[in-house]
Amino acid sequence: MNSPKESPSFAALNALFGQRIAVLDGAMGSMIQTFGLHEVDFRGHRFQTHPHDLKGNNDLLSLTRPDVIEDIHGRYFAAGADIVETNTFNSTAISQADYQTQAFVREINLAAVAAARKAAQKAEAATPGRRCFVAGAIGPLNRTLSMSPDVNRPDYRAVTWKQVVEAYAEQVRALIEGGVDALLVETIFDTLNAKAALFAIETVFAETGIRLPVMVSVTITDASGRTLSGQTIQAFYHSIRHAKPFSVGINCALGARQMRPYLEELSKIAECYVTCYPNAGLPNAFGGYDETPADMAAALSDFAREGFVNLVGGCCGSTPDHIAAIAKAVRKISPRRVPSLDPALRLSGLEPVTAA
Amino acid sequence: MRENASTFLVIGERTNITGSPKFAKAIKAGDWDSALAIARQQVENGANVIDINVDEALIDGEATMVKFLNLIAAEPEISRVPVMLDSSKWSVLEAGLQCLQGKGIVNSISLKDGEAEFLRRATLLKRYGAAAVVMAFDENGQAATRDEKVRICTRAYKLLTEKIGFPAEDIIFDPNILTVATGIEEHNNYAVDFFEATRIIKSTLPHAKISGGVSNVSFSFRGNNPVREAMHAAFLYHAIKAGLDMAIVNAGMLGNYDEIPKDLLERIEDVLLNRRADATERLVAFADELKARQGGASKAEVKEDLSWRNGSVEQRLSHALVKGIDAYIDADTEEARRKYPRPLDIIEGPLMDGMRVVGDLFGAGKMFLPQVVKSARVMKKSVAYLTPFMEEEKRKVAAAGGQTRPNGKFVIATVKGDVHDIGKNIVGVVLACNNYEVTDLGVMVPTEKVIAEAKRIGADVVGVSGLITPSLDEMVHVAREMSRAGMDVPLLIGGATTSPAHTAVKIAPEYPHGVVHVLDASRVVNVVSALLSQEQKPAFLEETKTKQARQRDEFAARRSRKPLLSLATARERRQKFDWTTVDIPKPEFLGARDFPDVPLAEIVPFIDWGPFFSAWELHGRYPDILKDPVVGSEATKLYNDAQKLLQRIIAEKRYTAKAVIGFWPCNAVGDDVEVYADEQRSRVATTFHTLRQQLEKPADQFNHALADYVAPRDSGRLDYMGGFAVTAGHGVEQFAAEFKANHDDYSAIMAQALGDRLAEAMAEMFHKRAREACGFGKTENLSHEDLIRERYRGIRPAPGYPACPDHTEKPLLFKLLGAEAATGIHLTESCAMAPASSVSGWYFNHPESKYFGVGKVGRDQVEEYARRKGFSLAEAERWLGPYLDYDPS
Repeated sequence: MNSPKESPSFAALNALFGQRIAVLDGAMGSMIQTFGLHEVDFRGHRFQTHPHDLKGNNDLLSLTRPDVIEDIHGRYFAAGADIVETNTFNSTAISQADYQTQAFVREINLAAVAAARKAAQKAEAATPGRRCFVAGAIGPLNRTLSMSPDVNRPDYRAVTWKQVVEAYAEQVRALIEGGVDALLVETIFDTLNAKAALFAIETVFAETGIRLPVMVSVTITDASGRTLSGQTIQAFYHSIRHAKPFSVGINCALGARQMRPYLEELSKIAECYVTCYPNAGLPNAFGGYDETPADMAAALSDFAREGFVNLVGGCCGSTPDHIAAIAKAVRKISPRRVPSLDPALRLSGLEPVTAA
Repeated sequence: MRENASTFLVIGERTNITGSPKFAKAIKAGDWDSALAIARQQVENGANVIDINVDEALIDGEATMVKFLNLIAAEPEISRVPVMLDSSKWSVLEAGLQCLQGKGIVNSISLKDGEAEFLRRATLLKRYGAAAVVMAFDENGQAATRDEKVRICTRAYKLLTEKIGFPAEDIIFDPNILTVATGIEEHNNYAVDFFEATRIIKSTLPHAKISGGVSNVSFSFRGNNPVREAMHAAFLYHAIKAGLDMAIVNAGMLGNYDEIPKDLLERIEDVLLNRRADATERLVAFADELKARQGGASKAEVKEDLSWRNGSVEQRLSHALVKGIDAYIDADTEEARRKYPRPLDIIEGPLMDGMRVVGDLFGAGKMFLPQVVKSARVMKKSVAYLTPFMEEEKRKVAAAGGQTRPNGKFVIATVKGDVHDIGKNIVGVVLACNNYEVTDLGVMVPTEKVIAEAKRIGADVVGVSGLITPSLDEMVHVAREMSRAGMDVPLLIGGATTSPAHTAVKIAPEYPHGVVHVLDASRVVNVVSALLSQEQKPAFLEETKTKQARQRDEFAARRSRKPLLSLATARERRQKFDWTTVDIPKPEFLGARDFPDVPLAEIVPFIDWGPFFSAWELHGRYPDILKDPVVGSEATKLYNDAQKLLQRIIAEKRYTAKAVIGFWPCNAVGDDVEVYADEQRSRVATTFHTLRQQLEKPADQFNHALADYVAPRDSGRLDYMGGFAVTAGHGVEQFAAEFKANHDDYSAIMAQALGDRLAEAMAEMFHKRAREACGFGKTENLSHEDLIRERYRGIRPAPGYPACPDHTEKPLLFKLLGAEAATGIHLTESCAMAPASSVSGWYFNHPESKYFGVGKVGRDQVEEYARRKGFSLAEAERWLGPYLDYDPS
């Protein structure tokens, strides 16, 4: 029963996080929109006769327009990002089934990693000595394990644990095979889905004998300070700390200002690095985002000065300009120190319970 | 044992099919609602974790576990606590793990099936992210002695931590609590073995925890609950001392070690601690004796004096009403229903007789409002029981072509824009228990709805209530619209800002069919009964109208008698300071700071209980009121009930308290205060507007405006002011609604009154923090009394209240603070804060700042004020209505 060995990226990422506040990239979706792509672009040659509309399946572009994806990654590296996320937010069989492209999950993930890796190599070549990382993005799925889609049948679930674990395991295998430096389970709004993803990751690590850094990022959906599935931030942390994550953090749904209290709480209890990549404010009446690069940089550098964070970046609505401003704003600020907490039995329902 | 709850985990056992026949019955019958109710009750009774076990030969364990856990996931009141999955089947445990988003506990794994299987399961648990109960059980069976328990647990610990890196803090050993006092000699030391094994494991296996199922220990005394409960309490006392971290118990039946009768305790401890050879015989004999005396009921039931239960059903109903006891009301009502020909006879007979006694005692000052409300709760429950029978009867009467008509119908509402309803609820309850049919339309009710509902129901009287000043205008509107709609039933006016004078001057002239101001709930019954009596009504209305005409004359006379100063003169007579010497502290931070979840327990010490008693119409100063010869005993009871509910609110975190406070650089410009975005004054972030007293005052007094407390821009000094918004109101309405749904208005009103107290206490608490942030508060060192009496530097006036009566300053303050996002308080169209139980205001630090009332303002000031605010004159007059010294029309 040998436990899996750590990948070489552990040491490199630990060196980065030990030295300064790391910078993640910004949004992928809103950048893709600026290219004004049409159905034909999404289909490319390969999916010309595909029976389902493909426009909007951004993850498929890694196969049909890898140039676009590589270009976006390249712009984020140029803006100062240390880590970019692969274009694989929806690259599981469960999410791809919406476009009837679930059979191509492995290829989509491999192509996405390749695009990101190419951009990373180019950025490293442009600045000798620079290290650029690629994190495999693992999204939340469009089906949840903790909530019923049917209000009249609260015990009903649209998907099973086994299906979710299998879908995630398939994605994780491909991301690792493609050569990511870390895995990033993100935009978690149902902790049970995230636990299934972590279970799948652990299962794949046991298969391959190698462990990669696992980054975890939750989404606090509103001012109640809870996940969509009802957990407080501390309860969430108790639910996932068994996975010994490399980092834990908060992303999406809120702007930086609204995240502050939850991030502050998390920074006190997390026994690993803490990450934060908010939206560029709350969505406006047209579904766009209004916070300027200066606004976001101000808010995130405030978190940095308060000692809340080890990594910052952007989620929905953020652009390379945002990331450049953020990277500049946090450059000289020391990273958060990871606290060491006394061992305790840390349980949770929707709320945490601790027995020292 | 309860006081240890913070460190000791109580694991609810009632959702265990093997130990709870009620749960077993519900699960087997597929009665999921009952099964959920049992789970909810465990959490309400204080379980920190709930144990779920559905092991039963005839049911599909995996499917049942999954279904029950999925149902629980949809019940936040249950799923807020972690789950302990309890099964002897691994497949059931694993199915359960796949449903838990939280981190739970698996009960259990052991070495029973060998090392390989043990480690395989533990590895999976690590991957699922669950803690594990490890039984002191190995390939050879269950450990009974101390040494066996320690040996097996040590072996398991080493395997888990050394072979697979299982976190030690996630290991919970169950060293087997076995039954004592069985008559078998080798069982006599079982409890001692458990205590000692616990002590050794805790000291030799770092971070591991100890748990156990306590009810096992007392199996020999099945059917004798007083002895079992006492044994459990005594066992827990010793086990916790030895290091027990958690136990599976009935969370609702935890006894208190200190309350076990000494003679019983001695015999129990003889058994548990194996102190004498005849310990078992002695306890058995004593237990039998006890059972013969008490019939095996648990102690809570034994204590009560139930002699009143021997009276006739009428006497029992009367007793229950007067004493406010609702425990037997359904049974007694049913008994009466069988005895009386019609359900209405019971209401008009014994129930009304009982309420008449209550009413007489209340009228004579021998009963007080809290008791009356409790009596009303009993009345309501009884009526609720009878209602279906009356509906049935009505249907029959209607079918036979007959007609039914209740005594009197009353429609009551808090007006549009206002959310305060404690007083309105009390009025509703008092009327209801006097047999009026009360339709409560709730809060923020538009005039159209009041009128439409009153017409629909055929109301005999309409009552409207409000707390904030804009509601006064809204009431004028209600009166005007009722005229327009051609209504002719009397209109009652009540609520904290209302007054006989305002009612007479502004509201009564709008509606010719009677507008009556009701000072408080104790007067409402007299007023309504006069209005509904054909004989008394004309005289009563005539008297009211005469009185109101006199009040109008007085009002007119007063106005003409005392002319106001011109605004220019009033300004000349402002309080002037030498701004070169005034101490201006700089706050530690600028901008807003959010406190999204203020622990309720931290707020409690700041509560001022005085106004709490006023809310219940018990008048007097706290704490003297508790010893008052007349209302003292009721005040004490009320206070004790309040403490109990407050503890529950805190323990269950029923209310969420949120606050935001902020400081900004500022300067006064005339009677306005400019707030700057930064200390360079590069941009005016907002401008607050203050009003000045215009009443002529003695020569040594000043005509104040709040802006006087801020350094003027031309003084050359930069000043700072603050603002705050706090709320304890999230959760209050829901909590009150739960009580109301159960016909318990007493607790509902209590829940609201406590919300208000908490909010006011938060205002005090954060004002203290604000003063500390400004430096001077750090050294003030005040007692609670001093705090409540506000014996400190600085004030926190609230927009809409006497020092700054314009509510429309509140939106400016909210915007500056980002208060809506930070606290979830939103402002209604009348600028009332919703939820109720919220407070907001400004901080002024000037050493000589004090509270004052602006009083009446003249047309010259209102005209200028409207210009400063960018309002039309009519708009300004509307918001300042009650403060105008002139008739704007």
